[in-house]
Amino acid sequence: MSLEKKYPKEVKQILAKYPPEHKRSAVMPLLYLAQREEGYVNKDAMKDIASLLDITETDVASIVGFYTLYHDKKAGKYRMQVCTDLPCALRGADEFLNNLCGNLGIKVGETTEDGLVTLEEVMCLASCDRAPMFQTQGPDGIKYHEYMTVDRTMELIEALKQTEKEAK
Amino acid sequence: MEHILLRHRDIPDFNKLNVYKKNGGFAAFKKAVTKMEPTEVTAEVTKSGLRGRGGAGFPTGMKWSFIDKNNWPHYVVANADESEPGTFKDREIMESNPFQFLEGLAIASYAVGANVAYIYLRGEFWQVAAFLDEKIAEMEEAGILGDSIFGTDYSLKIYTHLGAGAYICGEETALLESLEGKRGQPRVRPPFPPSYGLYGKPTIINNVETFTNVPPILSNGADWYKSIGTADSAGVKIFSLSGRVRKPGNYELPFGTTFRQLIYEHGMGVQDGRSVKAIMPAGASSSLIVVDDKVLDTPMDYSSVRTVGSDLGSASVIVLDDTVDIDWVINKTIHFFKHESCGKCTPCREGNYWMRNLTDRIHEGKGSGDDVKLLLNVAKQMQGKCLCALGEFSTMAVVTGIERFPQDFKKKTKA
Repeated sequence: MSLEKKYPKEVKQILAKYPPEHKRSAVMPLLYLAQREEGYVNKDAMKDIASLLDITETDVASIVGFYTLYHDKKAGKYRMQVCTDLPCALRGADEFLNNLCGNLGIKVGETTEDGLVTLEEVMCLASCDRAPMFQTQGPDGIKYHEYMTVDRTMELIEALKQTEKEAK
Repeated sequence: MEHILLRHRDIPDFNKLNVYKKNGGFAAFKKAVTKMEPTEVTAEVTKSGLRGRGGAGFPTGMKWSFIDKNNWPHYVVANADESEPGTFKDREIMESNPFQFLEGLAIASYAVGANVAYIYLRGEFWQVAAFLDEKIAEMEEAGILGDSIFGTDYSLKIYTHLGAGAYICGEETALLESLEGKRGQPRVRPPFPPSYGLYGKPTIINNVETFTNVPPILSNGADWYKSIGTADSAGVKIFSLSGRVRKPGNYELPFGTTFRQLIYEHGMGVQDGRSVKAIMPAGASSSLIVVDDKVLDTPMDYSSVRTVGSDLGSASVIVLDDTVDIDWVINKTIHFFKHESCGKCTPCREGNYWMRNLTDRIHEGKGSGDDVKLLLNVAKQMQGKCLCALGEFSTMAVVTGIERFPQDFKKKTKA
C-alpha cells in the first residue's frame, strides 16, 4: 500500500510544511514515516516517496544512505544505540556497553535471539552530563534513556518484552 | 542571580503558556511587532553586543542586517542540530523554556521580514520536536503566531524539521541542503545565507541559545545586556560542563567567569579529588589546553580563551583529569570526525580516514614515533584546505594533543 493511502493525514501534514515548488524538502519526514512500521525503508517505499516528490529513486536512496537514523535493512524491533563518544566515555560508557554485551550475550551490531533488540554504538547524543546513556529507535520513535546501569537496561528490555507479549 | 535564559530553574512550570505569559512572556514580541520598525529591532540587538552562541561568535545584529532586501521571500532558520560532543544546552532550553526560544525566533523573523521560520532539530531530538509542535500550536491558538499577529498585518508560521543523525548538518549551509531534502553537505561560501540561503532565498540562521537571548534584550534594553559579561563578550552564556567533574550539567554564567569557578564552584571539583590535566572548552573541536593555575584563572570569554591557545566555541567544557591519556582522547575525537565527515572534500574525507588508522595503531600500542610524526603531518596538511570547519576542527585535538602532551605519545609508542 502506498504511503499516501496508509497515512493520508500525516503525508498531508508533512507536505503542508514546505512551499509546493520545494516539496523535495519532505523527503526526510516521509522516510521516518516509511520506516515507522518495520524499522527500515524498503525499495517500494523509496519508489513511492520518489514519485510523490518528483525526484528519482537514487535521490531517495542517497538520503537513506547518508543519514544514520535511516535504515535499509531489517534489524531488531528496537535499536538500542549507546553513545560511547568522548564525554560519555569519560563517565564509563565503554565499560557500560561492554557489560551490556556480556549480559545480553551479543556483540555490537547483533540482535537478541527473540529479534527484539539490536545493539548499536553511536556518536554524541547531547546528553553528556547523564552518561551512561542510550536511545532506543523503534516503532514509537526515538526515546532517551539516561543515567543508565546494566540492571536498569535489563529491566527496560524486560518491560519491552512484556509490552510485546501483551500486544500479541 | 536569577537566570536570564534558564528561567525555568527559577519559576516552576515555566514551559506552560500561561505561566510564561504571566512572567512577562511575549511582551518583547508584542513590543517589536506593534511599536518598532524591523530595522529598530535589529539595531537594538546589534547594540546589545549579542554574539552567535553556536560556536563562531559572529555578531547577531550584524548578521541580521546583511539580509538582502531586494530578494524575497526571506526565511529564518533555528539551528537546533546540537551535535558537538560535550554540548547539551539547546536541548534543555527547548525542553524547559521553549516559549522564550520561540519568542526570540519570532522576533528575529519580524526583524528580517520572514513569514516562515523553520527549526532544524537533530533527528535524535524526536521527543523535543513533538513537544515544540505542541507549544507552537498553543501559540497559534493564542494568536501569537499565524495571521494578523497582535492585530497587525504581520504573519508568521513556525515549523519543526527533523534531521536524521549527521553532525555536519550543524554547519549552516549543510543544514540548508538537508532542509531542502538533500544530503547534508556544505555549500561553497560565499554567497552566504543572508543573500543566498534556503531555496536560494535570503535566510538568517542562528543557534537556539542565540534566539533565547533576544526577548530579554528587547524587554530590558541593549545597555542592560551589555552591562553583563565582558567588553568583548556581552551577556550570559550557558556552559555545558562534562567529563571528569563531580557535578556535570548546564551552568548559565556571565561571560568572564573563570574555568576555576566553573569547574570547582559549580561543577564541585574533579572526581576522586584528582587534578585537572587538560580542558577542551569547545567540545571535540577544541584545541587542548594544558592546565595550570594561570589557565584555571582565565576568564571564559571569546578573546581570553584565545590567550591560552584555544577557542571558547560553543562553551562545551570537557574536563580531563590526570588519569586520562591524551592518545586515547584523540583516538575518540578522530573516530567521531571520521564518522561525521560528509565526504564532499578530499582533505577531510581522506585525512580523517588516515588519521583514524594512525591513531588506532598508536592507541593499540603498535605505533612508532614515526607514526606520531606522520599523524601530525597529515593533520597539519589538512589545515586551511577543507571546505568547511569540520575538517579544520578534526585536526585541533590531534595537533595540540601531540604538541602539548608529547609524553603521552612517547609512553605509548615503540622507538
